[in-house]
Amino acid sequence: MKSDKIKFLYCFNSLAFLTLAAILLVGCEMPPMDTAQQGYRGTGMETVTNPTIMEKIIAANQAPPSTPPLPATGPKAGAVYQNVQVLGDLSVAQFTRLMASMTQWISPEQGCGYCHNLQNLASDEVYTKVVARSMLLMTIDTNQNWQDHVGDTGVTCYTCHRGKNIPEYVWATDPGPKHVARLTPAMQNTAAESVAYSSLPFDPFTPYLDDVDDSYPIRVISDTALPTGSRKSIKEAEWTYGLMMHMSDSLGVNCTYCHNSRAFAEWEQSPYARQNAWHAIRHVRKMNKTIWDVADILPDSRKGPLGDPLKIYCMTCHQGVNKPLLGARMLENYPSLAGKTGE
Amino acid sequence: MPMLSFERKYRVRGGTLLGGDLFDFWVGPFYVGFFGVTTVFFSVLGTLLIIYGAAIGPTWNLWQINIEPPDLRYGLGFAPLKEGGLWQIITICATIAFCSWALRQAEIARKLGMGLHIPVAFSVAVFAYITLVIIRPLLLGAWGHGFPYGILSHLDWVSNVGYQYLHFHYNPAHMLAITFFFTTTLALSMHGSLILAVTNPAEGEPVKTGEHENTFFRDDIGYSIGALGIHRLGLFLALSAGFWSAICILISGPFWTRGWPEWWNWWLQMPIWS
Repeated sequence: MKSDKIKFLYCFNSLAFLTLAAILLVGCEMPPMDTAQQGYRGTGMETVTNPTIMEKIIAANQAPPSTPPLPATGPKAGAVYQNVQVLGDLSVAQFTRLMASMTQWISPEQGCGYCHNLQNLASDEVYTKVVARSMLLMTIDTNQNWQDHVGDTGVTCYTCHRGKNIPEYVWATDPGPKHVARLTPAMQNTAAESVAYSSLPFDPFTPYLDDVDDSYPIRVISDTALPTGSRKSIKEAEWTYGLMMHMSDSLGVNCTYCHNSRAFAEWEQSPYARQNAWHAIRHVRKMNKTIWDVADILPDSRKGPLGDPLKIYCMTCHQGVNKPLLGARMLENYPSLAGKTGE
Repeated sequence: MPMLSFERKYRVRGGTLLGGDLFDFWVGPFYVGFFGVTTVFFSVLGTLLIIYGAAIGPTWNLWQINIEPPDLRYGLGFAPLKEGGLWQIITICATIAFCSWALRQAEIARKLGMGLHIPVAFSVAVFAYITLVIIRPLLLGAWGHGFPYGILSHLDWVSNVGYQYLHFHYNPAHMLAITFFFTTTLALSMHGSLILAVTNPAEGEPVKTGEHENTFFRDDIGYSIGALGIHRLGLFLALSAGFWSAICILISGPFWTRGWPEWWNWWLQMPIWS
C-alpha cells in the first residue's frame, strides 16, 4: 500500500518535472550563436544573434533586381506628358522606367491602374496618384536632406512597400482591446508585438512619432541629481521605454546598440548609432506629417480605427535589420529618387 | 600559539584529499593543508596581478579600477597581457583559489567527521562565478563575454548584459533567483526573530525552547517546519538563489538571443486559447 503511494508520488513528480523541462526547452534556442561587440571590451555592449533565425530574416530582406538605368537624352517627360509635377526633368525613357519600377514595387498586381485613370494618365482623379506624388516628394526629400538618417544608401519606394500597396508594417493610433466597463487598462499590459511583447504601453507612437513638435523630448531622465523641476511622469517613461523596445525589435538589435546603460542619456558614452536614431525619430515625424497632409483624400481602408491615417515607424523600413534591405544600394540605380536626372 | 584545552581533541591527523601528511598542520588558528597552500598562492598572485593592472591603468580610484576581459575578436585564444590577457590569468587564479577553498573546507569537514554540506554550499557560489567567466564565454565562443573585474565596471556590465535582452525582469530564471533571494531574507529574519524571542523572554519568565518555537508557528500559520527543517529550508533557499542567478545569465545569449519578454510567447501561443 505504502509503496504504491510512493510509486505514484514518484511518477507524478517525474511527470511534473518533465513537463516543466519540456516547456523551458521549447521556449529556448541553442548555441552556437553569432556575436558582435559594440562598446569597449568588458562593457557588455554586444549583440548576440542566432544564425538560424538570421537566415530567415536575411532571406526576407533581399532587394529586388534593378532594371538597367537609361540615358538622360531625348525629350523631357514634363514636355511630352501633361501634369508631370515632380519628375518632369527626366527623359521620357527614364520617366517610363521609373513608373514601371514603381508599379513593380507598389502595385505589381493592379498595375498602372492602381494610381492612374487608364483612359487619361494625366488625371489626378484617382487619390492614390496624388498620394504617390507626395510620397515621391517625401522620398526625394529623404534622400537629399536626411542623410544623417539614411546615409548615402538612401531609400526607394521598395524600402517600405516591398511589393505591397500598403507597407506591411504601419501603425495608427491604437484604442486598445475591449475591456470591462470602469476598468481602466491604461493602454498597456497586453504583451503587444509593437513593444516587443512587453507589458509596456502598446502605442508609444502617437505621443512620440506622430506629427508632434520636435521640441517634445523623448528623453525622460532628468538632468539634475535631485528631483527639482522635472515634470516627466512614469507614464511618459513607459512610453519612452515602449518606443525603445519597438526600435530595438525593428532593427534586430538591443539597447546597447545605441546606449551604454550606465548612463543612457550621455552622448559621450553612446555608440555612434544613437545619433542616426536621433535623426531618424525627427525624420519619421516629418514623414508622418507628409502622410497627414494627404489624409483628407484617403479612404477609410487607409486609416486606423480612430480615423487617423496609417503611418510610418521604424519597422516599416527596417523589418528586423539595422540597415533596411541589409544595406542594399538600390538608390544608385534610381538617382531620380534623390532628385538627380543624370541616370 | 597556545591552544585552548579542548582544541587538542579536534586537531586530529588525516582526512586530507591531497598531499597526505605533508601539509597536515595548523598555522595559528588556521588549518593549512595542500589546498590552503594553493588558495594562498593563487589568491595572492591574482590580487597582485589586479594591483599590477591598476598600476598600468588610468586610475587608482578604488571604485574605478577595472581589469577588462579581451575584445571578442580574440575568441577563445589568449589575448596580449595589456589587452585582456591579464584578465585571463586573473580568472585562472581566481578559479583555482575558489576551488581550493572549497576543497580545503572538504578536508576540514572530513577531518572532523562532518557532512560535506559546507563545501557543497560554497561550491554553488563558485559555480555561479565559473558560469559567468568560463561556461558562458565558452558557449558564446569568446572570453570577452566574461565580466570585468572592477567595483563599478562589473555593475555596468551587469546592466548592459541585462539590456541586451531588452527587459531582463522577464527572464524566468532571473524571476526565480530574485524570488529566492527575497525568500531567503524572509526565512532568515523569521528564524532569527524566533530564536531571539525564545531566548529573551519577559522579566521573570524562563528561557523557552523548541516546543515553544513550534507552538508559536503552529498558532501563527498552522505549521512549524521544526528546528532542523528551518536550516534545511534556509540552505535550499540560499543555494537556489545563487543557482538560478547563474542560470539566468547562462541562458541569456547561449540559449536565448531575443528580448526576454518575447520568450513568454510560448504561453500566449498555448494551443488551449491561441
